Amino acid sequence: MIRFERMTVAYRGRPVLSDIDLLVGVGERVALVGPNGAGKSTLLRAAAGIVAPVAGSVELGGEPIARLDRAAIARRLAVVPQQATLPFAATVEEVVGLGRLPHEDPFRGHRPADRAAVAAAIERVGLGHLLGRDARELSLGERQLVLVALAVAQAAHVMLLDEPTVHLDLRHQVEVMELLVDLNERDGTTILAVLHDLSLAAHFFPRLVLLDRGRVVGDGPPAEVLAPERVREVFGVDPGLVRTATAT
Amino acid sequence: MSAAALRSAAPLALARRRRPLGLAIGGAVALLVILVLGVAAGSVAVAPGDTIGILASRLLGLDVPRTWSSAAETIVVELRLPRVLTAMVVGLGLAVAGATFQGLLRNPLADPYVLGTASGAALGAAIAVILPVRTLVLEFGLLHGLAFAGALAAVFVVYRLSRVGGLSPLTSLLLTGYAVGSLLAAGLAMAMYVSGAGLRQIFAYLLGGFDASSWLRLATATPLILGASAFILLRARALNGLLLGEEAAAHLGVDVRRERAVLLSLGSLVTAAAVAVSGLIGFVGLVVPHVVRLLVGPNARLVLPLSALFGASLMVVADLAARLLGEIPVGVVTAVVGAPFFLYLLRRTRSGYEV
Repeated sequence: MIRFERMTVAYRGRPVLSDIDLLVGVGERVALVGPNGAGKSTLLRAAAGIVAPVAGSVELGGEPIARLDRAAIARRLAVVPQQATLPFAATVEEVVGLGRLPHEDPFRGHRPADRAAVAAAIERVGLGHLLGRDARELSLGERQLVLVALAVAQAAHVMLLDEPTVHLDLRHQVEVMELLVDLNERDGTTILAVLHDLSLAAHFFPRLVLLDRGRVVGDGPPAEVLAPERVREVFGVDPGLVRTATAT
Repeated sequence: MSAAALRSAAPLALARRRRPLGLAIGGAVALLVILVLGVAAGSVAVAPGDTIGILASRLLGLDVPRTWSSAAETIVVELRLPRVLTAMVVGLGLAVAGATFQGLLRNPLADPYVLGTASGAALGAAIAVILPVRTLVLEFGLLHGLAFAGALAAVFVVYRLSRVGGLSPLTSLLLTGYAVGSLLAAGLAMAMYVSGAGLRQIFAYLLGGFDASSWLRLATATPLILGASAFILLRARALNGLLLGEEAAAHLGVDVRRERAVLLSLGSLVTAAAVAVSGLIGFVGLVVPHVVRLLVGPNARLVLPLSALFGASLMVVADLAARLLGEIPVGVVTAVVGAPFFLYLLRRTRSGYEV
């Protein structure tokens, strides 16, 4: 469970998020949508304890996140960033293996349970054919899948994703969405994902949170949040461009 | 073309990963052989059998029949052994420090000297040479002391200065290291300009070497280098987390700010102790970690100990070569071997840094 209470986040004195009150309950699947610069990524970073709010609070599982150390947060919460950089050659398997860092034995490193979790995550995300490849040579979409697999291997109760489908082709977009649904429904993982594709969000997520200029301006089922007049107002586009078939 | 053919035609020259245990055992055996060779060879050759006999009787207290002269025993025990062991410890330390700085700064071009240690130590040594003071405490002259202090002071200044301004911490550290290094290099140039007869001594320090090794200096530097290296090894987790960047490391449970300060201090301590006893020997700290990564991948749990092993062997071999070539500076040997090898590494490393 993640709870934001009257949270304000500012970068260099300029507020990016203002007065956010939001509760993502255990086992929920929530998509965070909104125009560029609305503060979606910042909300994720605040939820992960990377940026500290200037006012208000963030709680993870009932505890103020500011009081948890990084290792405790990493065991409860996994983050899929938009991209990451590698300074040295590393195989897909080695990169996904980094997801076990919060769990591994400080002296012995990976144990059989860790190796099994890595293999299962690679299998689940469908990266078996890329196992021994240098992760730096993959396509943008493949690298994004590697980062998703890393977070799956981390086996946390909460998963935050920052636009996980942005570089993926249509088939892989759908596959990642189905994986998130599966993680949520079968494993009970709480999912909070920033998504740009409103149709995808509306189809796969039962609850949408709409951010605009640092404030929550909509929260609820897709049909309600993406009502035509609101899409026109927030995104400034013809609402006919967005199909809001609700999650099945 | 079929998919399989396409795949084999694609330039994925990721070297096959080798078994780390096999490498460790092979490396340890090689190091032992190299140590014996390093003690046996030199301007006065001592037969390998006699060398082993002397080592067994003096170090292990075994009762070996004496087949050697007392001169040979003195050469082995008082001159060659401390020299070879100093080369071993310094090589170990520089390779571990190199792996640490490369991982910490997420930069394949980083080496133990990148944050100002080299220029700080060099300036310290040069000042010691031109000062009209000659002291000797426990066989340590002003040169060793000022080189050690200069190396640590330079890193401290770089670290403090890098913490202001809006750049990312890593970029800021590297750029500050470059700026401070340039400033210290100007000081070094000035010191060399006014050094007169001391110039040769400053040059000898800049190129590095083990000809002035002694048991007492070895005994002082070894605990620092081995101790700090061991602590670095215990923090391999943090270096692994940093593979994907500072924010990703934080997501994986690494306290990035604390680990950066701790690893920077430990790596600098190792480097400062190494350059204080041996001068500035390049390329070992840069090249060895890359070779190890090529063999076993980027996992710091493997990279750090194997770099230690290979760095130790490489430095003993380099010192042996330097001795057999008529006491040329070791830094010349490591550069002649290391620079072409590094160019080879660069050629087979493809660009494209992102994951």
